[in-house]
Amino acid sequence: MHYVSQILPSLISGTGMTLSIFFWTLIISVPLGILVGLGMITRFKPLTWVINIYVWLMRGTPLLLQLIFVFYGLPIAGIVFNRYDAALFAFILNYTAYFAEIFRGGLQAIPVGQYESARVLRLTNWQTLRKIVIPQVVKIVLPSIGNEVINLVKDSSLVYVIGLGDLLRAGNVAMARDVTLVPMLLVGVIYLLLTAVCTLVLKRLEKHYSYWR
Amino acid sequence: MLELKGITKKFDGKTILDQVDLTVNDGQILTIVGPSGAGKTTLLRCISGLEMVDGGQFLLDGQAFDPATNRDNDAVIGVVFQDFQLFPNLTVLQNVVLAPTMVLKKSAADAEKEARALLERLNLGGKADLYPYELSGGQKQRVAIVRALAMHPKLLCYDEPTSALDPDLRREVEEIILKLKREGMTQIVVTHDIPFAESIADQMLRVEPKE
Repeated sequence: MHYVSQILPSLISGTGMTLSIFFWTLIISVPLGILVGLGMITRFKPLTWVINIYVWLMRGTPLLLQLIFVFYGLPIAGIVFNRYDAALFAFILNYTAYFAEIFRGGLQAIPVGQYESARVLRLTNWQTLRKIVIPQVVKIVLPSIGNEVINLVKDSSLVYVIGLGDLLRAGNVAMARDVTLVPMLLVGVIYLLLTAVCTLVLKRLEKHYSYWR
Repeated sequence: MLELKGITKKFDGKTILDQVDLTVNDGQILTIVGPSGAGKTTLLRCISGLEMVDGGQFLLDGQAFDPATNRDNDAVIGVVFQDFQLFPNLTVLQNVVLAPTMVLKKSAADAEKEARALLERLNLGGKADLYPYELSGGQKQRVAIVRALAMHPKLLCYDEPTSALDPDLRREVEEIILKLKREGMTQIVVTHDIPFAESIADQMLRVEPKE
């Protein structure tokens, strides 16, 4: 118990880094994902083409590789990020692609009749999107978004490759120093707590949207 | 009064509507009948502006207009879809007031007052706060009618209003359509149900499939 209280501060500070990556990625990637998802269903072919290549690259290569590329590769081209910004940049690019795919699916699940019925009521495209399409899409995509959110909590541990001090790294340091598995057990418990909170929040959200079907 | 002159519509080079002429007088009911694939629904979609025509002219009260691009709020053409297409995320009342507030820029209070009166008239008084999934087919259809009426349309179009309903509800739709007629609404009804069409029509248009 004494040992636990000794290493806990460093684990908690690592958790702060993990949460910071988590929240910023989520806050930026979800709206971007909606925009890119909309871009995927426009009739403007060159745009859908560019987006499809982007999504293919992001989903087709490991996030770990993307992190390494952004932090160690881009400086060769003169684009230098500090560690934290590099991590955020890679995570946002990667997660936006996944979210975009999810939103595209959700957008395509809305029957054409809904758009037509909005059109004969003279609603503008923007009004239709805001009042009719987006609320329905949000409900449809919530379970899939939830999956990605849980993944993001755990994926954030990949930032260790570029030397950021997140939760997993904090545990790793303690384990190597003290030659014991206890820090890693604690790390596991903290991840479980974080994902449990996410799961609860997502359940609540799904429940909130269950007032209609 | 709505007039169609030489309306032609093609899909991929195949002519669906060929030089259709027709006139619907104010306060009258036109029924469009014919076998499936004859272009009944296509004609209705052209009139309501959901399809662009390839030729011909529309006149509303003697004025040329293009339903597909017309944004004049005094020349709205209301549509009651076959599957109603209510907005599932909104209550009955919200479905009805959405367009009057956002498009006609009515105040929320005015729009609600009018919506409640319309709902009352179509026996939907107690349903204002329900969601579409809580309604029966007939109720959904009446909400769709109210939603269209709230935009003060010049003309109200129905696509197969009896097809999604139980046979005993057919009379109910018939009564609503005739009631709206007495109130002066001009209506166009697409249906494959000939007896139904005959019992409500002032004028019937038969469309035949093209070879």
